Formats: sequence, structure tokens, C-alpha cells
Amino acid sequence: MTSARRKSYGVKGAPYAFLLPAAVLFALFFALPIGYALWLSLHKVQVKGLGLGAGARKEVWAGLENYTDSLTDSELLHGALRVLGYGAIVIPVMLGLALLFALMLDTDRVRLAPFTRLAIFLPYAIPGVVAAMLWGFLYLPDVSPFYFILDKLGMPQPDLLDGGPLYLALSNIAVWGGTGFNMIVIYTSLRAIPTEVYEAAKLDGATPLQTALRIKIPMVAPSLVLTFFFSIIATLQVFSEPTTLKPLTNSVSTTWSPLMKVYQDAFRTGDIYSAAATAVIIALVTLLMSFGFLRAANSRNKQEEAR
Amino acid sequence: MPHTKLRRLVTISVAVTLGATALAACGSSDDSDSEADSGPVSLTYWSWTPGMDKVADLWNKGQGKKDQITVTVKKQASGDTLVTKILTAHKAKKAPDLVQAEYQALPTLVSNDALADIAGEVDGVKDKFAEGVWQQTTLGSDAVYAIPQDSGPMMFYYREDLFKKYDLEVPQTWDEFAETARALKKKSPDTDLTTFSANDSGLFAGLAQQAGAKWWTTEGDQWKVGIDDAASQKVADFWGGLVKEGAVDNQPMYTPAWNKALNTGKQIAWVSAVWAPGTLTTAAPDTKGKWAMAPLPQWSGSENVTGSWGGSSTAVTTDSKNKSAAAKFATWLNTDPEALTALAKEGGIYPATTTAQTSGAFTEPPAFFSNQPDFYTKASEIAKTTAPSAWGPNVNVAYTTFNDAFGSAAKNKSDFGAALKTMQDDTVADLKKQGFEVAE
Repeated sequence: MTSARRKSYGVKGAPYAFLLPAAVLFALFFALPIGYALWLSLHKVQVKGLGLGAGARKEVWAGLENYTDSLTDSELLHGALRVLGYGAIVIPVMLGLALLFALMLDTDRVRLAPFTRLAIFLPYAIPGVVAAMLWGFLYLPDVSPFYFILDKLGMPQPDLLDGGPLYLALSNIAVWGGTGFNMIVIYTSLRAIPTEVYEAAKLDGATPLQTALRIKIPMVAPSLVLTFFFSIIATLQVFSEPTTLKPLTNSVSTTWSPLMKVYQDAFRTGDIYSAAATAVIIALVTLLMSFGFLRAANSRNKQEEAR
Repeated sequence: MPHTKLRRLVTISVAVTLGATALAACGSSDDSDSEADSGPVSLTYWSWTPGMDKVADLWNKGQGKKDQITVTVKKQASGDTLVTKILTAHKAKKAPDLVQAEYQALPTLVSNDALADIAGEVDGVKDKFAEGVWQQTTLGSDAVYAIPQDSGPMMFYYREDLFKKYDLEVPQTWDEFAETARALKKKSPDTDLTTFSANDSGLFAGLAQQAGAKWWTTEGDQWKVGIDDAASQKVADFWGGLVKEGAVDNQPMYTPAWNKALNTGKQIAWVSAVWAPGTLTTAAPDTKGKWAMAPLPQWSGSENVTGSWGGSSTAVTTDSKNKSAAAKFATWLNTDPEALTALAKEGGIYPATTTAQTSGAFTEPPAFFSNQPDFYTKASEIAKTTAPSAWGPNVNVAYTTFNDAFGSAAKNKSDFGAALKTMQDDTVADLKKQGFEVAE
């Protein structure tokens, strides 16, 4: 009797005991900082008089003031639009190339596949800041070998760090660094497709191109959704590339992307309160956009299944 | 199965223990020097000056040993990032005893109550500094918030050989400077006299200071912001005009392209400060011995003033439990001949004390300027003409707006006056937002 009771008690408590470490770590290193950021975003500093000396500054309740300031700030909106423009180039090009490379690597006729795979993947292993510096040097007319060659050939030398070309220049860094990672994700799921499917396709007389378009792409659709999801988040959070290029040109302002504005508010002008509010807004928009996309993708899948 | 479970449990408990240790480490950095001002004292000092640890060693082995005060230097990044770091540490009441701070950051730090008033500890120190330098550490009050360490009087640097080659005179006034820029463009269209760079606000602030601008002043309990005053407008219009007509370049400084332009003689002059030899040594190594230094051009022939660009001070924080010991070290560091000589040698700084500027450490010119033996004699004469500066509690906001507004104005070769207005408006708006009283 007693042993049975003890046993049932142990079984009941076990899930909570196992959950506890994760829950504690989650609370301490995730929920608590987020809660603190929320708390900060609802406060502001109030200065008295000249604001010099002790007790001149105190933290007061601000309500939603930081949020309204942030949302009505045209610089944040412009930053968001700039990032959208940047994302409109990066995401299609990067994922398009990743899919193309993955499909090409998956064909039977490809040679040196492991080497090619590694070569395409390698830029992903280079830290973003290093990549941005590397490309930044290549974009600067006075030190770039490309410009040297263009000059020798008498060809026009466009300024890549200004206006429209700046978006291409920034996108290029992201595409160069991100294609390999996305390719590996898609390629892995391509390898997971059972060979019977291909045999059946071959027996039905499908060409490699038809196999790719009609079988491979639909079957890796979940991976495409996943890579798209990651790419949206990465785009909305773009920070290191424009920050690294900023000192090289007058065209990238300190608030070029929304995240740069958060950094600038928090660490250059010392206003952590409005920085916290902007950060919360960015997090919410990211959440909405990425989950909105996931839902849309899921409902489409379900519709297709129903058909 | 049981084996796997056990392993998982072990993994989890290890993770938890690690987490707990990390937390304990966060919480248990309580100060060992709570006994306050009696017995041996140990101080921490945040500084970015290279070789500062060696200078602190001199103290620890000499004067500090006698007074039982040990100083530990923790190397920091310079400028704005350190201000943020100090403020964050101060929020947790864990700021170090001593910090290095640029002059324009002092009002921000004082306004956050991070710096202690050490007026009572530094009797007679004032006379060792030029009036314009010392005044920056008092913020116009009776308090003393820091002791000046180095200063950055502005000067005009030019390629002596290329000025001769293009038959140019060293400009005495800003009008002559503009003429020189135009004359050079005519003789060699691919060469620029210099560039107007929007990535270091300190340069423009120094130039405005030379013209007589006072960006922040107080009127009773109110701040007055004069960023778009007549003097600053004059400076902005002058440079805006030169950029617009293409007489000077509009690309930022400190880029690989800028280094190359200086190194190859594509840019043949630089409006800079006393620390320029150090920058030129790394930026334009091939031009060693080809540069010369002259006083900054003046707004009128009868004037003789310069601005300052850079320079920093040593401050004691309100979190320090040994403020008088810290003030003692700060005084020694910035006034003792032995300390200053070591600072000049190890850290390459240009001291703020007037006597040290002509001391033994400065009889030889910098190696890069070996062709100008009287470099430091000239420098100390120029340093005496430094115009007073007027910093306020949100210099950082003004400086960031400068980067963006003047960056795009320089890029588009548009009106610099409008950019200056943006800078003024944003600075005032930020002060008001924080609750400061602002005089219109």
C-alpha cells in the first residue's frame, strides 16, 4: 500500500521536477529581461532645473508616451521602409539562389558536389561584421580592386555607397552570407525524399527539369517556408551590415534601420526608455509578420491537402 | 532506457548548477573597500589611454605605497561607449572609483549624478591649468568634477613639399584658406586641399568654438542652446560653400579611402589637433617628414584663437567609497612631473597642465614631424590661445544629429545652415523632453 502511494506521488511530481530547471532558466534569462524592458518602456527620466548634481534626475511613470513618440517618429518609419526595400531584394534573391543551388547539387550529373557545397556554404561561417568590412573595402572606389580594373578598362564606375545602389550593396552582403545556410536547409530536405518517388517519375518519363519543378519543389515546400520565416526575421533585425558600412559613407545615417535606432537611443543618446519602447514595437512587428506568414503558409497547405 | 534518463538528469543538474553559479557571480561582487579612508585602499580606474597601467604602477610603487593607495587600471573603449558604460554601472551603484571622461561628456555624467564634487580635495590645482581648460571641469559652478588630463588644441597641418610644388602659401585666415583650396583645384583638379567630414562632430564643434560659438550656456535655472548662433552659422556656411563649389572633398575621414588620399597626396592638408601626428603615422605612413604644422587660420587677421578637439579628464565617481584617496591619485596623475612624463611617453597624450607642455618630454618633435624641431614649442603657444568651450547635458544628442544632418548635407552638397538648424532643434527638443528648462 505505502509503496504504491509513494510511487504515484513520485510519478505525479516528476514532470514538474523535470520542468523546473528549464522553467527557472527561462524565467531568469528570458522572461525577466523582457519584463524589465517592458517596465523601462513605460518610464522616463524627469529632470529638475539645470539637472546638475545629486537628485536632479528621477525616473517617473510615462504611460504610453514612449510608444506614441516612437510610432510617430518619422525616422523610425523611414527606417522601416528602408528595411522593407532591402528585404524585397535580399529575400527573393537569396532564397531563389539557395533553391537553385540545392536543386543543382541534387542532380545526378553534378561533379565535385561536396566541394561546391562547402564553397557555397563557407561565407555563412564568416561573421557578419567581418563580411561587411570585407565588402565595404571592395565598394570604396579608392581602394577597391574592382574599381581599379573598371578604371583600366575605361568602364563607368558607379558609386555603390549612395542612393539606390546602396541597397544593392547591402543586399549583396546578406545574399553572399546567407545563401549557403539556406541552401543546406533545402538540400537536406531534398536528400530526405525517398528514391522511389524519383523512380516512379522516371518510369513515367519525367525529365530532370520536370522532376525538379513538379516533385522536388513541392516536396521541399516546408523547408522553403522555414527558410522564408528565418529570412524575414533576419531582415527585420538587420544591424551589423549597415552599422559597419556607416563610417565609410555619408549615405548611411545612424538610424538607417529600426534596430540601429534602438542602439543609437540606448547607447549614444542614453535614452534607454524610448529605446526599450522601440525594441518592444520591433519585436511585436517581427512576431506579427513572421507568424502571419506561417499561418498563411499553413492554411494554403491545408487547402491543398483538402483538394 | 534508465541509463539515458539518468544521463539526461545529470545534464540538467549540471546546467542548473552552472546557471546558479553564474547568478551567484552576478550578485556577489560586493566591495572589499568598505572600511572607507582608513588603512590600505584599493581603487579601480577606467581609462582608455594606452599604457595607463604602467603609469599607475609608478604610483603604486612610489607615492601610492606611502599613502597605502593601490590603483588598478581597467582598459576601456574610448568616448561615447564609455559614458554609457559608466552610467549603466552607476545605476547599479557599481561605478569604478575613477574614470576617464572627455570634457564634453562631463555635463552628461554630472547630470546623472555619477561624478563627485572634489573641490575640497584639490586646493591650488587650478593654477596649473589654462583658464579655458579648467573651466570645463567646473561647469561654471563652484564645484570641481574632474581634473584635466590632456587637451587637443586645434592646428593646421599641411604637406610642406606639395604646398611648394603647387606654389601655395600657408593660409593665415579662413578667406585665404578658401582661396588656397580654389587655387589648388585650378592647378590640379584631382587634388583636394582637405575634406569636410561629417563623421566626427568634435571637429566642427572645435571650429565653431574658435569662431566664438557658445553652444550651451545657463541663465539662472534654464539652459540656453546656441548651436545655430551667428558664429556657428558662419562656420557652417563657410564649409557648406566650399563643399558646394567642389573646392574641398565631402567624404568622411578615417576610412581606407581617406588614408589613401592622405598617403598619396590626393589630399594635402588637414585641419586637426595636437594629436594629429599619431593619426598620420598610421594613416599616411609614406609621408613621414613631409608634413608641417601651423596655427589654425583665423576669421580676421588681427585675431589669434584656436578651438579644441578632443582631450579628456580624470573624474572621481559618486559611487567611490574612497573619494579623497581617488582625488589624491587624480591630482598626482595630472600634475606630477614624473606622472606626466610617463603619460606623454606611454600614452602619447598632450598634457593639459601648462608647465608640462614645455617639459622635458616635449623638447623633441614627434618622430613623424622630425622636420619641424620646434613642433611642441609652437604647440604650447597655440594651446594658450584656446577659446573657452561651453558643453551641456546632451552633447551626445547634438553630436549624433550632426553626423546625420551634416552627413546628408555634405553628400547632397546642400545648405549647411539648414543642417545646423536641425541640430539646434533636435538638441532643444531632447532637453525639453527630458524635462530641462530651456530658455528660448
